Amino acid sequence: MKNTTNRPLSPHLQVYRPQLTSMTSIMHRITGFGLALGAVAATWWLGSVMLGAGAYETFYTFFASKTGQLLLFGWLWALVYHLLNGVRHLFWDMAIGVNIKSAYATGWLIVFGSMAISAALWIFRLQGYYG
Amino acid sequence: MSGNNDTSIRTPLGRARGSGSARDGVGHWWWQRVSAVALLPLCIYFIWNAPFFLPPVHDYPNLIVTLANPIMSLALIFGILAGFYHAAVGVQVIIEDYVHGENLKIVMLLLNKIAFAALGITALYAVIYISFALFGQTPLM
Repeated sequence: MKNTTNRPLSPHLQVYRPQLTSMTSIMHRITGFGLALGAVAATWWLGSVMLGAGAYETFYTFFASKTGQLLLFGWLWALVYHLLNGVRHLFWDMAIGVNIKSAYATGWLIVFGSMAISAALWIFRLQGYYG
Repeated sequence: MSGNNDTSIRTPLGRARGSGSARDGVGHWWWQRVSAVALLPLCIYFIWNAPFFLPPVHDYPNLIVTLANPIMSLALIFGILAGFYHAAVGVQVIIEDYVHGENLKIVMLLLNKIAFAALGITALYAVIYISFALFGQTPLM
C-alpha cells in the first residue's frame, strides 16, 4: 500500500556528514546483523557436535581455515562491540549520559575498547595462554 | 486526537480501521532490553571459554565433555533462548526499517520468525542431546 501521508522519515545516511554518534549507531545495527548470522554458525557448530566426530570434522575444517578464523575474529570483535555499545544504550534508556560530551567520550571508548579487548583475547589465544 | 487533519501521522488505512494501536507496541522493545541484560554475563562467559574448544583447538572428546558439563549446558540453553530471541527481534526491526513493500515485508517477517525458531530449537535440542548422551560422565569444571 502506498504511504500518502507526510510521515517523518529516518535520516538518509548518504546526505549526512559522518559523525561518531551516527557511525557507532549504524555499526551497532551492522554488528547485530552479523551476530544474527553468527547464530546460524553456532547452530551448525552445536548440530555438528551432536551428529558426531565425522560431522564435526566438516565444521572444524572450515573454521580452522584462514577464512574461518577471520570469521571467528570478526564475530569476536562484533560481539564485544555490540556488548559495549549495548551497555551504552541501556544507560541511555535510563536517561544517563544523554548529552553530546558523554556520547562522544563513551563512543570513542567503545570503538577503541572493542578493538583492544578483541585483539588482546585473540593474541592471548595465539600465545597459548589458553593451553 | 482528531484523525482527519492533514498533520496526522496516521496512515489512511490506520484511519479507516480506526482501531488505534494493538497496545503491545513496547513489548518487543522491553524484551529486547531484558534479553540484552541476560546476555551480558552469558556472553562474557562464552567469550572467555570459547578459545578452549573452538577451532583451531581440535579435541572432539574434550569438546563433548565440555559442552555436556551441566554449567556449560545451562549457560548454552539460557544463551540460546535469550540470544536467538534478541537476534529475531533485532532482525525484525531491520526488516521493518528497510523493506518498504508491504507484501515482501510480511513474507520476510514471517521467514525471520520461522528461521530463528527453527535454528533455536535445533541448537537447544543439540545441547540437550549432547548433555544427556554423556549423562553422569561430566565432572564439574
